[in-house]
Amino acid sequence: MLFTILFGFLSTLLLVPLGHKIKSKWSMVLPLIPASLFLYYLAYVPAVAAGSTFSQMIDWVPSLGVNFDFRLDGLSLLFCLLITGIGTGIFFYARTYLKGHPYYDRFFGYLLLFMSAMLGLVLSDNLLLLFVFWELTSISSFFLIGFNNEQEDSRKSALTALTITGMGGFFLVAGLILIANIAGTYQISGLIYSRDAIIQHELYPLALGLLFIGAFTKSAQFPFHFWLPGAMKAPTPVSAYLHSATMVKAGIYLLARFFPIMGGTDYWSYPLMIVGGFTMVYAAVHALFRMDMKAILAYTTIAALGVLVFLLGLGSKDAIVAASVFILVHALYKATLFLVTGIVDHETGSRDISRLSGLRKVLFPVALAAGIAALSSAGLPFTFGFIGKDLIYEATLHTEGNWPLILTAVALLTNICLLAGGFMAGIKPFFGPLPQAYEKLHLPPLSMWLTPLILAVLCLLFGILPGITGDFLSKATANAIFGAETHMHLKIWHGFNTVLLLSAITLVVGTLLYLINKPSENKLNAVARWNKLSPQYLINRFTDGVFKGSTLYTNSIHNGYLRSYHLKIILFAEALLIYKLWLSGPIQINWDQLTPLTIYEVAVVIILLGALLIVILTPSRLTSVVSMSVIGYCICLMFVFYSAPDLAMTQFTIDTLTTVLFVLVLYKLPSFLSLASPKQKFRDMIVALGFGTILSIIALKVLYEPVSKDTSNFYGENAYLLAKGKNVVNVILADFRGIDTMFETVVLSIAAVGVYSLLKLRLKSSEKE
Amino acid sequence: MELLLVVVLGLLYAAGIFLILRRSMVKLLLGIMLLGNGTNILIFLLGTITKGKPPVIGPDQNVFQDIYADPIPQSLILTAIVISFALTAFAIVLLKRVYALVDSDDLDDLNTPEEEDL
Repeated sequence: MLFTILFGFLSTLLLVPLGHKIKSKWSMVLPLIPASLFLYYLAYVPAVAAGSTFSQMIDWVPSLGVNFDFRLDGLSLLFCLLITGIGTGIFFYARTYLKGHPYYDRFFGYLLLFMSAMLGLVLSDNLLLLFVFWELTSISSFFLIGFNNEQEDSRKSALTALTITGMGGFFLVAGLILIANIAGTYQISGLIYSRDAIIQHELYPLALGLLFIGAFTKSAQFPFHFWLPGAMKAPTPVSAYLHSATMVKAGIYLLARFFPIMGGTDYWSYPLMIVGGFTMVYAAVHALFRMDMKAILAYTTIAALGVLVFLLGLGSKDAIVAASVFILVHALYKATLFLVTGIVDHETGSRDISRLSGLRKVLFPVALAAGIAALSSAGLPFTFGFIGKDLIYEATLHTEGNWPLILTAVALLTNICLLAGGFMAGIKPFFGPLPQAYEKLHLPPLSMWLTPLILAVLCLLFGILPGITGDFLSKATANAIFGAETHMHLKIWHGFNTVLLLSAITLVVGTLLYLINKPSENKLNAVARWNKLSPQYLINRFTDGVFKGSTLYTNSIHNGYLRSYHLKIILFAEALLIYKLWLSGPIQINWDQLTPLTIYEVAVVIILLGALLIVILTPSRLTSVVSMSVIGYCICLMFVFYSAPDLAMTQFTIDTLTTVLFVLVLYKLPSFLSLASPKQKFRDMIVALGFGTILSIIALKVLYEPVSKDTSNFYGENAYLLAKGKNVVNVILADFRGIDTMFETVVLSIAAVGVYSLLKLRLKSSEKE
Repeated sequence: MELLLVVVLGLLYAAGIFLILRRSMVKLLLGIMLLGNGTNILIFLLGTITKGKPPVIGPDQNVFQDIYADPIPQSLILTAIVISFALTAFAIVLLKRVYALVDSDDLDDLNTPEEEDL
């Protein structure tokens, strides 16, 4: 199993050097990749249908519980077949759809990356591995949604999708780690043995909530649904692949995978039924107001995902079987409708259903596929959708308690709207009179309409002969979710009963709704008025706010003026130091220990302070440099007074050198400009004096503290004995800490090289501007 | 004398801070030098100052017979003086180079090319 995942990743890498070849001759190779994987997984079907599971374990970081554990059961096999099977069709279709696109190879690279990540996700048997693949699907879908990266809308949608799903991933990982901590294992198939421990744990609701947020964001449930219509900016093959069959179903997969581990409690059922139920009605009604074919499909997809969440929440045997079947039903007809939309868009340049009509006359095979898919979506007898719809009604009707009526009503309403939505996207553009503008349209090449037609035929085939897939779905897949015997034979004809009546009502009312409802700009605008209440609007407002806030913050803190940075850093340091000094209590001075003042010391200090004043006040550069040297010499004298002959010598030399260099290099510069206003200067003076005062106080406080002389005494006693030198400072520098001094010399040399090269550098004429 | 040195180092710091808040690059450099001097005095002071007893062992002795000034702050300051010279020297030359390129001593003029690009 590992190799099937790696196969996709490796092919992605191969596309880097071979991209240009793929563009021209070798493009036929691309669909072969998913096709071979599809055949590989198809070979597993008989064994898995008979109840076996396959697993593969490879150690990765066993000490952290992260391993390459893969497991293939009915649920993951269904998803694997969907991913690779529909993937094959999509690759085949996109090969023609994107012909001549400059980023052709890159597109397939992303698509392969996504496919592999998705395969990894459904095969993972390790919580952390699952999360890694989960995030990989988010990231690769970001690239796919934003594929038309020169359009602002496209970039924005990609970012929204990534933000929402990424945020969900963040919650998901927290939930997964919590679950693993409770159960003591990261292995998903091992969690089932800890079911009781997990459910009875006090953190169970929290872990479940985090898991739900992860699933809801990925599967576009209210209130996180809005990224999905936005993601329709992606090229149509991407919408068909990611947003009908695979990525959005990842959340469903997650819920189904955790159903046997955490499901079946009130904490599980009510949130899922409420969120799923609300989402399906909300999105199904919304779909009726759309004019863009892709938007209709997006909203019906959200509604279908809501149905699946709802069924998983219901959690009865019937509901799980219905969910298993509906996953395949929806993937087949929705992928077909998306692909058809892509063809219509490609040929006519429009997706507006109020303008498109009569296209069956020019695009007959396409119209055929669309029609079958729409009928399957409507749940007409002899289509696969009919079986799916029946099972949903069975599930809602057979719920215990007072609920069946309400739940069935909700399902009925959703199905009616879904039917009308499916007709709007799949039938409306192909019937009626053909406008003149479209008369000259040609049927696109076979490679484009073959995929939707095959998928549509499958909708029909599985509907007429439910036995082909029914046993597998109701037995292997539903078993993997439900954890107990679920086998039932899917039938076309159940006899005259309530379910049939409900189907008939759905059909009649839905068709009427389709005929009456004419989407128009006005209605769209009327709905748009409610946007201010929608989660999308609120989140956009929030992100705008964050954006403005951060701009404001950046402009005030990081404004590009060095002095403003200095001011902020100094003020902050002052605040911290004042707080710390405040805590440390009053200043104490040990008068006995102070050395007495002499007149020449006072004289030197006065000279120093005078020079300091001149440095600050003088407008002349030369004066300030000379005053700096006066300050240096004064300090030098103090070193002389207080027994530091080496320091005095060094200070003297260095100060002289600095002054000479300053004058030599900078004498050409003009005198200082007075740029600051008196007010600014006053403010800076206060800040500066404050800092000086704080440092003085710190010095006073430290003076009061006793000083440890151990190290100094060691150096003093051993200077001659160990190092044969009598000047202790020299001995420390040259012997005890000799290596430090060596590196200091290196620093000096580097500076010297820098100075020399900067002085030698002559300006090129181009630099003189 | 300690109290006087406390005042001196406080004022050196204050002057240094005031100068690095200016727009002129030369003043910025002078400010940094003043901060360095202030720090040297701070270290010197905190090592306790001693008058007339340099940490040098007498000509015919092997160990100190008398009290002596603390050699550690002195070696630290010596290092600091030398390193700050390296910094200053490099900064001075760099200043000259910047002046030759942008013909200004104003730090804000270094920001402008970016804005002109817009």
